[in-house]
Amino acid sequence: MTNSIITGIVATFDRDNIDTDQIIPTEYLKSIKKFGFGDFLFDGWRYLDEGKLDMTSDDRSKNNDFILNKEPYTNSTILLTRDNFGCGSSREHAVWALRDFGFKSVIASSFGDIFYNNCFKNSVLPIVLTKEEINHLFKICSTSPTSLEIDLVNKNIKCDDEFSYFFDVKESLLDRIINNLDDVDITLKHKSHIQAFEQKRRSQRPWLFDYSN
Amino acid sequence: MSFTLYDKLWNEHLVETDDTSESLIYIDRHYLHEVTSPQAFEGLRHKKIKPWRLDANVATPDHNVPTDRGNGFDVSSIQDDVAKIQVVELDKNCQSFGIHQFDITSNKQGIVHVMGPELGYTLPGMTIVCGDSHTSTHGAFGCLAMGIGTSEVEHVLATQCLKITKLKNMQVNFDGMPQKGVGSKDIILHLIKLIGTAGGTGHAIEFSGSYISSASMESRMTICNMAIEAGAKVGLTGVDSITLDYVKNHSNLSDEMFNKASEYWQTLKSDPDATFDKSISIDVSKIKPQVTWGTSPEMTIDFDAEIPNQEDVDEASYENLLLAKTYMGLDESKTLQDLSFDRIFIGSCTNSRIEDLRDAASVIQGKKVSPDITEAIVVPGSGMVKAQAEEEGLDKIFIDAGFLWRDPGCSMCLGMNPDQLKPYERCASTSNRNFEGRQGHLGRTHLMSPMMAALTAINGKITDPSL
Ligand code: SF4
Repeated sequence: MTNSIITGIVATFDRDNIDTDQIIPTEYLKSIKKFGFGDFLFDGWRYLDEGKLDMTSDDRSKNNDFILNKEPYTNSTILLTRDNFGCGSSREHAVWALRDFGFKSVIASSFGDIFYNNCFKNSVLPIVLTKEEINHLFKICSTSPTSLEIDLVNKNIKCDDEFSYFFDVKESLLDRIINNLDDVDITLKHKSHIQAFEQKRRSQRPWLFDYSN
Repeated sequence: MSFTLYDKLWNEHLVETDDTSESLIYIDRHYLHEVTSPQAFEGLRHKKIKPWRLDANVATPDHNVPTDRGNGFDVSSIQDDVAKIQVVELDKNCQSFGIHQFDITSNKQGIVHVMGPELGYTLPGMTIVCGDSHTSTHGAFGCLAMGIGTSEVEHVLATQCLKITKLKNMQVNFDGMPQKGVGSKDIILHLIKLIGTAGGTGHAIEFSGSYISSASMESRMTICNMAIEAGAKVGLTGVDSITLDYVKNHSNLSDEMFNKASEYWQTLKSDPDATFDKSISIDVSKIKPQVTWGTSPEMTIDFDAEIPNQEDVDEASYENLLLAKTYMGLDESKTLQDLSFDRIFIGSCTNSRIEDLRDAASVIQGKKVSPDITEAIVVPGSGMVKAQAEEEGLDKIFIDAGFLWRDPGCSMCLGMNPDQLKPYERCASTSNRNFEGRQGHLGRTHLMSPMMAALTAINGKITDPSL
């Protein structure tokens, strides 16, 4: 199965530096699972009470002013924000929470480096646009609920016929989202190269091997 | 051809480059902790894959271990059932996959970034990764060290490699000598204020200059630790005699092996004419003690400066400023010195090494924690730091002053264990992140140096450390 088109409603977060602690607070990192984080996305902003891992969205007192608690944004699939989204902690749980909520793409003027990488491992597409393009999108998407169409193959974002923006992303990264590829499988195809490299290293830098203290 | 240190480390570890500019980089050391590893081990089980190279991995629980463990504590004594599951899970995973762990009962257990270098698991020239963004700390040893996500933890376990894109090079020169009361924490906070939390994004930052050349390994680690708060997932410094002395004292390599390695390690510095994509120089003698006022590490000011107002920022940043001031409860306050504090936290992978505890202890001897402070805790970074501090009598100084002297762990840096702020409590913290809710739901964090935090405990307020 391929994922070559993403469509859906855009939720806007008009803020710089949204860190991964805001995307999912520390409390929920106690889970040892890889799924089920959607109810805790933006927990501190989305709810008025303090949450625990064993609670669900229904148990909580909701902040009705928060965008993801309002229709039709409860079904958003695209998140629009500004600078340095996903900075801070390396927690992949941040991407898992976005993915589990239903987000398939995040559009920003820049991203935290580790978060950006984590996105591609979980089929969430991070898109970098210029500040002017972001400003323009904010104007359109924050006035009324707006749907966008993101074409992964042609690398563009469209809003009806009103505009179309091209975005740039590395082919190999995009390929993993489009074709649901797993990194470990790809790398293990190069097993013999890694083994040869390791052997050479073992003889040249012996102090790096079999160390214990 | 001249190379930066980062370029040299990159080339040394390059297994393969594919034509889309991603590369396979060989990983020498992989640190694991209980929070970001369970799903990675699960992935290995699912794929029926064994770890590629066991002796490259070292694990320890640090993020959610209680810090008032005392004698006879073991994993079954953890009260919080959910936290216990993760620590138990790490025990089980390390056992079943054969990974070396310093478990919760070990007297060497500690925050992984404090423990690793002390035990000689961090050696110059290594590539080091961990499912934790502050892995940049190990760059202080001339290593290419960076935080990775859980999928990458699985990838490194399975393949001993990381698939990444090369970063750009950035150089930060810290020149001169700091004033009294100013240390490495102030210097790195100052840099973050200057370049912003996205200032180093996409770059590896090499720290150099006359300040760095004379700085201790502990100070270099504090600086590299917070490279990530400057946006750079890699921070590093070149190898010199200070590095080699530290490694000699902390690793158990034989003399023969050490000498052999040293020859190579001494080449681990940028060539004099290497070019950087970005470069900045800072005169550290002009830096005052730094304290954060807001909810991002770049929201930093001189300890005695006015808290920024609407007039001080451009229109685009106004909304951010307002949100931060409201969250931090600063509407009425003009300076940080007007604020009353509730809690003090001395600890974290930024500032829980022996030098940090010495700095903090030096300003509180014979004094008492202010009655306005609800709780002041000192959490040594590792079992070794704790033992060393006790040998030097620092524990006694803290306890006599009214601080709580705890067992090693991340503790109130992120509040995954019982050490948390209550809503609206204001904390003087030596950690690295002042994000909303970082130290507890609705808690308010001000980042500062260990000396400044200790003084704040005594005075209940921010005061001038040079007096
Ligand atoms: S001390 Fe804080 S920043 Fe460091 S590893 Fe632990 S939680 Fe992360």
